[in-house]
Amino acid sequence: MTDATADQPRKVEARSAGRFLFWAAVALITLWVLVPIYLLMVNTLSSPQQVTAFPKSGLPGWDFGSIQFFMSFSGVLKALWNSLFVALLTMVFSIGLGAPAGYALSRFEFPGKEVFRMMVVMTRAFPLPLLALPIAVLFIRTGLDDTAFGLAIVHTVLAIPFSVLITFSLFSGIPLELEEAAWTLGCNRWQAFRKVVLPLVLPGIAASAVFAFTISWNEVFAAAVLTIENRTLPAFLIQNLNVSPLHLKFAGGAAMVIPALIFIFAVRKYLFAMWGIANR
Amino acid sequence: MHAKAVPYLLLLPATLFLLVFFIYPFAEIAWLSVSGPEGFSLRPFQTMATHWKFQSALGWTLLLVVVVVPLQLIMALSMASIVTKLEKGRSTFLYIFSIPLGLSDLAAGIIWLAIFEQSGYLNSMLHGLGVIEQPILFLGYQNIWVIFLAVVLAELWRATAIVMVILVSGLGLIPKEYYEAGEVFGANGWQRFRKITLPMLKPSIQSALILRTIAAIEVFAVVTALGGTTLPVLMGETYQWQFALQDRNVASAYGMVILAISVIATLFFLRVLRTPKGATL
Repeated sequence: MTDATADQPRKVEARSAGRFLFWAAVALITLWVLVPIYLLMVNTLSSPQQVTAFPKSGLPGWDFGSIQFFMSFSGVLKALWNSLFVALLTMVFSIGLGAPAGYALSRFEFPGKEVFRMMVVMTRAFPLPLLALPIAVLFIRTGLDDTAFGLAIVHTVLAIPFSVLITFSLFSGIPLELEEAAWTLGCNRWQAFRKVVLPLVLPGIAASAVFAFTISWNEVFAAAVLTIENRTLPAFLIQNLNVSPLHLKFAGGAAMVIPALIFIFAVRKYLFAMWGIANR
Repeated sequence: MHAKAVPYLLLLPATLFLLVFFIYPFAEIAWLSVSGPEGFSLRPFQTMATHWKFQSALGWTLLLVVVVVPLQLIMALSMASIVTKLEKGRSTFLYIFSIPLGLSDLAAGIIWLAIFEQSGYLNSMLHGLGVIEQPILFLGYQNIWVIFLAVVLAELWRATAIVMVILVSGLGLIPKEYYEAGEVFGANGWQRFRKITLPMLKPSIQSALILRTIAAIEVFAVVTALGGTTLPVLMGETYQWQFALQDRNVASAYGMVILAISVIATLFFLRVLRTPKGATL
């Protein structure tokens, strides 16, 4: 009895020390993730002179000079528009091609299914941006070189494995019985799909569309190889890196980061479901 | 419409697309790397291998992979364990921890440039602490190891999140009963981690390692943003040969080297971390 009471405070102490360490670790990781983004934003919100000044205080100068310089820099607005356009096309292509395949994989048993699955899984084992090299030749032959359409095709190759596997898992999550019930009530296959399945998977499809958008929005190598006049923002930035002043780089970095933050926030609920199943 | 044809019709667009824009280009890249104007030729590989930058590009790329990927696995395992233990604010912290996975490598490079450049925050901090008088040029060619360190930090910062997300979803699949049983038999936290979590997590670890290793071999924009061409890497050289030197064949030869390393790494992880049949959940 006396032992137990003597032991009590020590246990409590050890536990609170453990809790302290635990929350310290949480705080440390949070800072590790957020501080670099904060520093980029500070630079973006400072004037060009403040960006090159030394030493820095770590507080924004609340000057929009860098942003103004970036927005009025020749080619930037066009690059932003190209990025947006290519990403939207990629989104449409990868869902348009991927979702039917995902549906077929989840609902049918048929010869050749494994071959297709293998091909999709294989795409993930290859360094896909390299595709841009031969495709550049192909596009010059067909007149697709330096177009948003052509680049969106390459970005779709990057995004399609994800959209197939994600939609596959989404459709697999909807019981076949629901569809069968609709069939017995007189719907044909298409009507049952449109009225029963589609409303249920739409949020998940939207999430995987946003994911495809993000893949295209962030992609650098293929964009830099395939575009000359119609550069996307990352291609524009990387091709001008060695000649552009610091404040242009930081404002450009922020222009890439802010939309990405919003996208990830929008699909945060689906991130884990997507990756959990995409890896089985 | 015949019912048997439905799945094939649904798969047809994606299949045709992948045949034209995935399978065919890879055949083409393989051919480009062993051909010249007069057909078959080993010139691209010879030019590549004898160029003075090839060996250092290969060396730096492999070193980056070997340093970054294991560190990422350890960091992601710790982050995933912490996140699963969280009771309050779990989804908030999960969102914060996974933010970097949505950022491009170029953006990550620029972010870390803000820290490492000459008038950047690292110099400012060292100055504030009184360590230095004048800012140091960290990212110059005489400090190649500092560039390497900056690239490692930027890669750890950016791409650990994706590993964590894969591991967190893998952790969610491990039945709670296993841990309860472990506790009943007196296993402490570390033992439960080693004997239950790690083996059960093997499939997730495997796919995370494959994904990350391939991406690490392709490292390009982070390096370019932080060090220009001072720190040569394979993907950067590919880009140089394609653009500055206008030689598609040598660029393709570089591509084949990247591809070969990726395939070897994938096969390695598939073999070393394979789960015995029937042992999956």
